[in-house]
Amino acid sequence: MVAVHTKPPRAVSRPSPAPAHPRHRTPGRWRRWLLAAAFLAPALAVLTVWIVYPTARTVLRSLFGRDPHEFVGLDNYHTLFTTDTLTTAIRNNALWVAVVPLTVTAIGTVLAVLTERIRWSAAFRTAIFMPMAVSMFAAGVIWHVMAEKDPQRGTLNAVVGAVHDAVSPTGVLANGRPSTPALTGDAGSGIALRDPVRPGQAAPLGLTGIPARDVPPGSVRAAIPPAAADQVTGTVFRDFSPGGGRPGVVEPGEAGIPGATVELRDAGGRVVATTRTAADGGFRFTGLAPGDYRLAIGPDTFAAPFAGVDWLGPKLITPTIMIAYVWMWAGFAMVLIAAGLSAIPREVLDAARVDGASEWQVFRRVTVPLLAPVLTVVLVTMVVNVLKVFDIVMAVASESTQDDANVIALAMWRTSFSGDGDYGLGSAISVVLFLLVLPALAFNIRRFRREGRR
Amino acid sequence: MTALRRLPVQVLLGGIALLWLVPTFGLLLTSLLPPSVIQSDGWWTVLAEPRLVTLDNYRAMFADRQLVDALVTTCVVAVGNTALLVLVSALAGYAFAWLPFPGRDALFLVVVGLLVVPLQVALIPIFSLYSATGLFDTAAGLILFHVAFGLPFGIFLLRNALLEIPVEVIESARLDGASEARVFTQLILPLSRPAIAALAIFQFLFTWNDLIVALTLGRATQPLTVAIFAQLRQYGANIDIIAPAAFISLAIPLAVFLSLQRAFTRGLLAGSTKG
Repeated sequence: MVAVHTKPPRAVSRPSPAPAHPRHRTPGRWRRWLLAAAFLAPALAVLTVWIVYPTARTVLRSLFGRDPHEFVGLDNYHTLFTTDTLTTAIRNNALWVAVVPLTVTAIGTVLAVLTERIRWSAAFRTAIFMPMAVSMFAAGVIWHVMAEKDPQRGTLNAVVGAVHDAVSPTGVLANGRPSTPALTGDAGSGIALRDPVRPGQAAPLGLTGIPARDVPPGSVRAAIPPAAADQVTGTVFRDFSPGGGRPGVVEPGEAGIPGATVELRDAGGRVVATTRTAADGGFRFTGLAPGDYRLAIGPDTFAAPFAGVDWLGPKLITPTIMIAYVWMWAGFAMVLIAAGLSAIPREVLDAARVDGASEWQVFRRVTVPLLAPVLTVVLVTMVVNVLKVFDIVMAVASESTQDDANVIALAMWRTSFSGDGDYGLGSAISVVLFLLVLPALAFNIRRFRREGRR
Repeated sequence: MTALRRLPVQVLLGGIALLWLVPTFGLLLTSLLPPSVIQSDGWWTVLAEPRLVTLDNYRAMFADRQLVDALVTTCVVAVGNTALLVLVSALAGYAFAWLPFPGRDALFLVVVGLLVVPLQVALIPIFSLYSATGLFDTAAGLILFHVAFGLPFGIFLLRNALLEIPVEVIESARLDGASEARVFTQLILPLSRPAIAALAIFQFLFTWNDLIVALTLGRATQPLTVAIFAQLRQYGANIDIIAPAAFISLAIPLAVFLSLQRAFTRGLLAGSTKG
């Protein structure tokens, strides 16, 4: 490793040490200027041709229509703020600015503070920082894979699905409907017996519309358990036997539905008890007071298996991309903030602790205020980055959801280079993007100046 | 703090670190599974059945002419523009640091100010310019564009690093009769190697990962990102091509990053947290 400069680079507008010493051979002033010009020429030429000239050109071009000779004044800017896909882009970008920089900075701060006090902190920081080296675009591909809708394939949905199944398991039946008018309702709301039942009664709850292959495994021939005086019993069964059979009657060859949820409701419709059916579809409620009750097959009998959250669909696409983006940039914030932390004198923190401040108070009242300059830098940098976000949106959002995921930089590109080819409007969008990042320019230059005065 | 009180934090952070690694790890495993498996199951299947792992996808990828060309283009553009950027920024940085001329600080401020011009602003005029001059769809065109947008930061970083070199070193060389060109090549470049390394890593990573510039200013001259992007448009049918290509496209910058992490972090700190 070569010699390492540990000191931070010196400030910008600080007067640089002029060569005050007498020179061996003193070149004329002009010669020295010419020399400087020679050293600067390549850089200035490239900057002029590739940045300064195009910027001026774009500003001008934004005042012309699709036809480069047709002067339209500010019409493009008007179009920009009145076209749906473009206002969506602006709204989305506003959301990005509101959510992402703060989230990244908050996560970065927490991680920086926590890693200060653990072993293996270098390895840990590498793990968090690593996505920075991954391209926005590769990150997009990664998250495209992560966010697949099918829980069999998408990592996010596999996790969500596992939680979902633990909380509300998949029902035993995919569908079913009443076999007689004595039952009302449907799979979505539950299927209830129209007439009340009293203790001592046994009720057949027949369902049709169940393909043979959908009958739950372990099913045996349906049977109705006899009911004692304080009991309501019945059976949930597939009310279909080859040749038809009589609806509403349990006949030989008709299968019980095991595992169905049966609800016992009181006269007011409140659920007072639930049970699950046995292999023959039978169920039994015991210890009932006399009175009218209602029986129903609960809707969770028909609960659909977890289909997967549509992370990449129009509704969630922007939050999904934001998660991917935070994943990428949290490490950046963490590294900068950790560097800021290590510059805080230990004695200040220790003094606060000796004075009896809790860890939280130390963090809130001492650490954060001392970190303020670094936090500001991270926030400003992130705002600029987020305003220019492009690659990751392009990679994660498929063509069909790009209107919903639209952001300013993407809108500029699509307007100019895909299909439309409207350079006038495209130029106007990029000028707006430029104007939005200008405050950051002001901030940076002020910062350079301030440092120069120190 | 006692080791015992530290333990929960340690465990928590370990969990977070694993969580952070899952996406990249998932992509790696996806790239190692046969297409038939990826079509129906998630990458975690392989954890239960490690013998499913195969390098077939990588073999297929390296047999694909287009993807290999794309990889070469990416390398040429990333390495080429980085080398050129370092040279041009060092020249300018030297002038800004050690060659006084009137209006120097103002000019420097203007150059640094260009830092926040979003590259989107230049795309349309440069597209027209390239079409008119034959630079369109060439590696040179991409290289020059990247150099331009790397320059404000490059000049800023190197000028500040060069100011760190003690006056006496440069003055004594000049007194010994060394020409400015000699001072630059024999003294300045070697002495500013850490800063140059930081700048080079930065620029290499940024341009290796570029999508928007290559997508706009190239057609047949496709870097890997654009090639993958074209495949992505028919996502689902060809994840067996996308996954290894995406993994290669991130493995190389990742290797660069991991081996030169300290220089990278130093550059980051110099660029953003002064003060």
